[in-house]
Amino acid sequence: MSFINYSSREINCKIVYYGPGLCGKTTNLQYIYNKTNPDAKGKMISLATETERTLFFDFLPLSLGEIRGFRTRFHLYTVPGQVFYDASRKLILKGVDGVVYVGDSQLERVEANIESLDNLRNNLQEQGYDLDKLPYVVQYNKRDLPNASPLDQLEETLNPTKVPAFEAVATKGVGVFDTLKAVAKLVLTELRRGGA
Amino acid sequence: MNNQLVMYEEEVRQINGICEVLHRDSNARAVLVIGKDGQPIASTGEVDTLDVTSLSSLTAGNVAATGGIASLLSEKEFAGQTHEGEKTSVYISIVGQRLILVVLYDDRSSLGLVRLRVRKATAELNTVLDTLVKKAASGNQPSVFAEITDDDIDNLFND
Repeated sequence: MSFINYSSREINCKIVYYGPGLCGKTTNLQYIYNKTNPDAKGKMISLATETERTLFFDFLPLSLGEIRGFRTRFHLYTVPGQVFYDASRKLILKGVDGVVYVGDSQLERVEANIESLDNLRNNLQEQGYDLDKLPYVVQYNKRDLPNASPLDQLEETLNPTKVPAFEAVATKGVGVFDTLKAVAKLVLTELRRGGA
Repeated sequence: MNNQLVMYEEEVRQINGICEVLHRDSNARAVLVIGKDGQPIASTGEVDTLDVTSLSSLTAGNVAATGGIASLLSEKEFAGQTHEGEKTSVYISIVGQRLILVVLYDDRSSLGLVRLRVRKATAELNTVLDTLVKKAASGNQPSVFAEITDDDIDNLFND
């Protein structure tokens, strides 16, 4: 849910990174955190297990600058990817303004990718959202791995509606900011249109 | 679905006023008002040493998780929750389904006093929320987005 504060002249939006376990959602946020000017970011919070798997969510507040005198802030969240944390994923989707689906390019993760994408669509629907009407981009992560699926196969399986899609190697930052910029632009465009 | 929370200056001023009175009357360390999605809306008291953004996000997550537990137990919601610390305690309550009111207090106050004062503040905040909902429904308010151009959006991303 976007939040516009006319008093402090701020626009706040919520972006959620979704995807199967170990696809690199947290790595995306960590890269963004490490490469962002200290003035433009808040503290990154990770609610993780002892083995550094996301337990509830990661959170990173970012400030992108001003539009017509309004400071634009984006709150980036990740969901826990593991299948059994579904209740938590539903909670984090509440009030979402834009979604990044992070797919794992590895051949053996095809099923996990599809399951997670179906789960995203269903969980959004439960909250009254339609993925096809939300600002939404896809990222194919781990493109550097030797067992990565061909891009056209991933597109066919994971992006039937042909939303903007980006190849990424999140550990090295490849594609990370392109993905973020794309979804942020879509969110702002949607706000202008009167949605979100 | 109307998925946007808009705060106009008048309502923010009123919310800040309610927080200040609650802060004073409950002898609290600090009072925060947060959107249910974790957006900080108002804060008063000893907030300079607090990371209000992180606190807001974590509190909203906490409230969402507690709401999830309530729903599993066929409860509508748990209206209030307390976390007791050695030095600072936190009282969290939900206002009008959309806002979270957080009071941080120490041994200068007590849970009983905080809950008493929160009840009054909650009623006042509900009135402000009602006004906001009516304003949003009337559609007569200026939109900051109406005149934003593609260039404005693109310029945000020029490194």
